[in-house]
Amino acid sequence: MKKIESKHLLGLEKISKKDIETIIDVGFTFREVLERPIKKVPVLNGKNIVNLFFENSTRTKISFELAEKRLSADVTNFSASSSSVQKGETLKDTIQNIHVMKMDCVVMRHPVPGSCLQLTNYVDVPIVNAGDGTHEHPTQALLDMMSIKERFGKIEGLNIGIVGDILHSRVALSNIYGLIKMGANVKVCAPPHLLQRGIEKLGVSVCYDVDDLIDWADAINVLRIQRERMGIGLIPSTREYRTFFGITNERLARHKKELVIMHPGPINRGVEIDSEVADSDQAIILDQVLNGVAVRMSVLYLLLGSKDFE
Amino acid sequence: MSKRTLNSKGNILLKNGRIYDPFLLINEKSDLLISDGFIEEIKKDIKIKKDFDVIDCEGKIITNGFVDIHAHFREPGFEFKETLETGSTAAIHGGYTRVCTMPNTNPVIDTPELVKFIIDSSIDLPIYIHPIGAITKGQKGLELAEIGQMIQAGAVAISDDGLPLTNSQLMRYALEYSKKFGIPVINHAEDCCLVNQGTMHEGDVSLNLGLVGNPDISESTMIYRDLAIADYVGGSLHIPHVSSSKSLDVIKFFKEKGVNVSVEVTPHHLALTDKALQSYDTNAKVAPPIRSDIDRESIQNAVCSGLINCIATDHAPHSIVDKERDFNNASCGMIGLESAFGVTNKVLKDKKTVESIIDLFTINPCKIINIEPNLIMEKKLAELNIIDPNIKWEFKPSSIKSKSSNSPFVGEKLIGKVMMTINKGFCINNF
Amino acid sequence: MEINLHKNKSILLNKEQISNLILRLSHEIIESQKNIDSIAVVGIRTRGEIIAKRIIQNIYENYKKKIDLGILDVTFYRDDFSENLGSPKVGPSDIPFNVNNKNIILIDDVLYTGRTVRAAMDELFAFGRPDSIKLGVLVDRGHRELPIRADFIGKNFPTSDNEHVHVLVSEIDGEDKVNLVKY
Repeated sequence: MKKIESKHLLGLEKISKKDIETIIDVGFTFREVLERPIKKVPVLNGKNIVNLFFENSTRTKISFELAEKRLSADVTNFSASSSSVQKGETLKDTIQNIHVMKMDCVVMRHPVPGSCLQLTNYVDVPIVNAGDGTHEHPTQALLDMMSIKERFGKIEGLNIGIVGDILHSRVALSNIYGLIKMGANVKVCAPPHLLQRGIEKLGVSVCYDVDDLIDWADAINVLRIQRERMGIGLIPSTREYRTFFGITNERLARHKKELVIMHPGPINRGVEIDSEVADSDQAIILDQVLNGVAVRMSVLYLLLGSKDFE
Repeated sequence: MSKRTLNSKGNILLKNGRIYDPFLLINEKSDLLISDGFIEEIKKDIKIKKDFDVIDCEGKIITNGFVDIHAHFREPGFEFKETLETGSTAAIHGGYTRVCTMPNTNPVIDTPELVKFIIDSSIDLPIYIHPIGAITKGQKGLELAEIGQMIQAGAVAISDDGLPLTNSQLMRYALEYSKKFGIPVINHAEDCCLVNQGTMHEGDVSLNLGLVGNPDISESTMIYRDLAIADYVGGSLHIPHVSSSKSLDVIKFFKEKGVNVSVEVTPHHLALTDKALQSYDTNAKVAPPIRSDIDRESIQNAVCSGLINCIATDHAPHSIVDKERDFNNASCGMIGLESAFGVTNKVLKDKKTVESIIDLFTINPCKIINIEPNLIMEKKLAELNIIDPNIKWEFKPSSIKSKSSNSPFVGEKLIGKVMMTINKGFCINNF
Repeated sequence: MEINLHKNKSILLNKEQISNLILRLSHEIIESQKNIDSIAVVGIRTRGEIIAKRIIQNIYENYKKKIDLGILDVTFYRDDFSENLGSPKVGPSDIPFNVNNKNIILIDDVLYTGRTVRAAMDELFAFGRPDSIKLGVLVDRGHRELPIRADFIGKNFPTSDNEHVHVLVSEIDGEDKVNLVKY
């Protein structure tokens, strides 16, 4: 019987390896469901799920919404700009107002780290973290790992590189926690000032030269460069970034090796990754998107649908 | 716990206690009789009379009231967090008979009239309040406030606490000008650019939590600047709430050069590390942040060596609304008056004598701001504490008398407690 | 967990009997359909899948026909996922052929309340519109809660409420056996 111990999915730091394996395994089952002519299963029929988004998001929100609908859950979307929340209502007030309307699960994105954990103090339904500031984005890392497993048949022992603005990336942090737990070797590559001080303590190695990373890695997760980071002088220009950290066609051609390219999207073509690379066979970016729906179905199913199974 | 004034006709006989007054260099067993709020008699074996309330002080220490040189009572302007009255009540329940209040109220305490308002408002309160005036008008960091007249009105120091004085030239002026008045300049030492909107100490825990870190160098570089200026121009610099090992190295260097500097530490920087934030507990969010194990150890050693002069609470009440926010938007600060002695004594009791721990709360802070409390002498108005340094007790929500309850120590077992405080005719009995 | 509760256990069918029943089911299935090429056998995880595979093997040996095999995992279609009823191991369904216009023979080991079959039929329709669905089971133990009946039955075995029928197959359990277990 497939079950997970976790009551919530707040991040991959605290969750067990076994739970991660279960979520990915069940994810592949849902992947099969997504190949059917009718892609909807009645497993969460009658459950209410609220998507609480305090930060703009298109992809993650659509992916969660699709996952919820394909599980036959009722979906309520609540979007609040963080500024209106800063002005008056506390997170506690917001969530209690929603919870009183009898929700079975909350999926939350919030600009501030730890907000999802805080939420667990206020409501007693499963909480799914859809990204909390610069902390974690666990479903993204789960879908990345599922895509790696799909491509390689395993995760353990693989060399996985992550390149980009690691410092501000919840995708990077969740990937690091998850991949290390699953036995992969992780190397991060970034401009030195866009790396957390002491990041080696998480069990990763560090390099500043993207060519070294390409030499070493079986797969590279290319992080999106947030344009808002450029205005404050952290990245001098897209041209300079591309020169030193871009996964360019020429760079890959030079290395002549099999390398799987991943990207959490949306892509800045010509900045962190070249168009030809993103569209090539070695890129599994679109598989990641599909696996994202499957793994979110898996998470919601395991947190809501199967919790009472004996 | 009962509270009553002694002004009516209360006679309290403290039997079998040990009197410790570091101002008078007294440390001996003696009985002490208080009548109408005044110390009537100090001698061995005072005879019990029938209208005396007799308190058995066996194993306990009778000492001076505590002095906190760093607290926020929020009045005027933020009375929903704390008022002079509720702050005073919290203070006296923690054994404090004198508190220096920081000027970051609304309006900012930057004129003699506002200093006088605070002092006048505290006349009927159970403690003495010694206001600290702002260094710059409105704490805006642009031009000096009426420092001299505020001192005349009763201010004991100047500070823009809550905000650092970023303009180095203005810091030089403040240190130079304050020399005329013989009061210390207190600068909240943080380089805002290096703080970089960090909400906790930059280290292993911030790495795990995904929070932006405020590195220790944000404090130590600012302290270096302040001390370098003080070294150059003279004046008296007081460093509030020191939080890092690096800062202590800087202070030691300048102290050995002869700079007139004093240092305080809060009970929370002495007792806690950034691990207290592992579950994003906003009650442990303070500025400067609670730092690493190494920093805590250095702070404890510096208290023992005397590099750190005194304990100050940085009592910073915030309402539930301020603290129940997400971590980035929650206010910084925690209350501390009620728990200060229990927390500090628990940490230091195996490293220091109880007398030297008491000094951190009494004579040492008094020396920094040049005040003297009512001493433990016959005919003086009683201003004293009865301390049990060994009692173990739990800090409960009911232990909190402040208007706010933002303390990470709730539920903690503390060691050492102020059992009774007598001041200005008030008596707080925690026996 | 279950074993500790067993008060009484008796063997209902042995290996040979099971083999004979599955062989008979295989013949009945073929004889019931005019167009053998339109037949597809779909087993319900986990033991229905094994029986379906054996039926297909029988048909191949006796009629030299390769029949399409499908596997259904009905977990996501069950009506009892929030109740304390056993759930099969979650695994993907595998329907490698086009369901449209097929005559589907659904196979399970034991027919009991009919709820699993209901779920399986619902799920089948997610793959397309078959011409017909027929049901084959090794054992029908009665106690239906839905208007469902089997078209091909290995053995009818009326049970009481406190009896359960456990089908063991060598591919999973190491032996072929059907037990009647009293609680």
